[in-house]
Amino acid sequence: MDAALVQDALPQNGVEDIEIQLLLEALYQRYHYDFRHYARASIKRRLLQARGQLGFASFSAMQDHLLHDPATLPRLLNYLTVQVSEMFRDPAYFRALREKVIPHLRTYPSLKVWVAGCSNGEELYSLSILFREEGLDQRTLFYATDINPTALKAAETGVYPLDQIRKFTENHQKSGARSSLSDYYTADYGRAVFDKSLRSQVVFSDHSLVTDAVFAEMHLISCRNVLIYFDRALQDRALGLFRDSLARKGFLGLGSKESLRFSAHAPAFADFVREEKIYQRQDA
Amino acid sequence: MSATPIEAIAIGASAGAVQALLRILPALPAGFPVPLLIVVHVPPDRSNALVALFAAKCRVAVREAEDKEPVLPGTVYFAPSDYHLLVEADRSLSLSMDEPVNHSRPAIDVLLESAADAYGAALAAIILTGANHDGAVGLRAVCDAGGIAIVQDFTDAQVSTMPEAALAACPSARIMTLDDLIPYLLTLAAQ
Repeated sequence: MDAALVQDALPQNGVEDIEIQLLLEALYQRYHYDFRHYARASIKRRLLQARGQLGFASFSAMQDHLLHDPATLPRLLNYLTVQVSEMFRDPAYFRALREKVIPHLRTYPSLKVWVAGCSNGEELYSLSILFREEGLDQRTLFYATDINPTALKAAETGVYPLDQIRKFTENHQKSGARSSLSDYYTADYGRAVFDKSLRSQVVFSDHSLVTDAVFAEMHLISCRNVLIYFDRALQDRALGLFRDSLARKGFLGLGSKESLRFSAHAPAFADFVREEKIYQRQDA
Repeated sequence: MSATPIEAIAIGASAGAVQALLRILPALPAGFPVPLLIVVHVPPDRSNALVALFAAKCRVAVREAEDKEPVLPGTVYFAPSDYHLLVEADRSLSLSMDEPVNHSRPAIDVLLESAADAYGAALAAIILTGANHDGAVGLRAVCDAGGIAIVQDFTDAQVSTMPEAALAACPSARIMTLDDLIPYLLTLAAQ
């Protein structure tokens, strides 16, 4: 072999990084799922886990299957997107919504609330319960969106393992509950089945913060622990989408370690409850 | 000693962490030229206690890591409780809520594996006292990437399980007491 053609040895992880780039490109071009601007370190961990558990020797082998066998897609998506959450996770956030945001929302005759990246629905049901406790459920339309069809289906089903209920209940109480969580579910063979009336005013929909656009004017957008998975460019895109989706003086709630600090869209928002990362849309 | 200048130091510690870190971090001078990324296992509700504790005692800046912030020299970053801390290829930090690893979030393995990827041979990683096996897989990754791997001397560690597991996974790791470690870090950072 011509020695000049043999490049300097690339470390193994250098090859892997190329493969990951190509795999994400294939995923986008073939199926329009765009993870190319997700924070790469997390994506790599998840892909390594998927590669191991799905039994592929390399990411290139995984890419080959992905391109030629659509059945590989949902299996891979479950590694790339599924989030384990809790109902009323970070109770102080829900308490702040209840005590500070709800009084403003009460002044509107009808309300639209968007749970962006709803995953298995824990946050959606939390908000649905909170709005019912505060007497706003009848005038509120919820949009629950995610890119993962399996997660959306789970959210639409509203069934959670019974062993999580203790934690959910504790969180709910700390959020300033006006009722008992047990009013909203029935226990059934180790599962808690949440009352379907909680989703009678919910539109479940496939929507991507990466590639899709504004679809309604919202009074509250809750998007928690989704943006941390994006790189900065993509965070900016999503925040721009939130800005354009919010009604005048509408509210945006982020995860406790997420902020607008590094975003070009920061001037469009004002701190509303600073410590809970709740922002209010400002006039242009 | 490695030919590659060190660009970051990553530390993992669990049971006995606070006492061990109280020996190391206050000994670092202001303007210490290398960032330190630290994962300590703490229960989910005890968030900023570490930052407040160490900020009051250190000459280097001590912060809780924020998502997507650039890593700055002379700064200690603690992983927030209940989030994994990772380093991106552009040497910015990111947080994740992925499942716990080794029953821990933050997990030392998650920090070390991503930091090994980002810094390669320019990383020094240290496994201190602890009663579990977190950090062993990560230290292996640091070794494989050509970085400097260090475990706390078993007799010096309050609980030696974690450094023992790390040494088993990464037999070429250096073994150091905290007293050895402090001058070593100062020399390393000065290069």
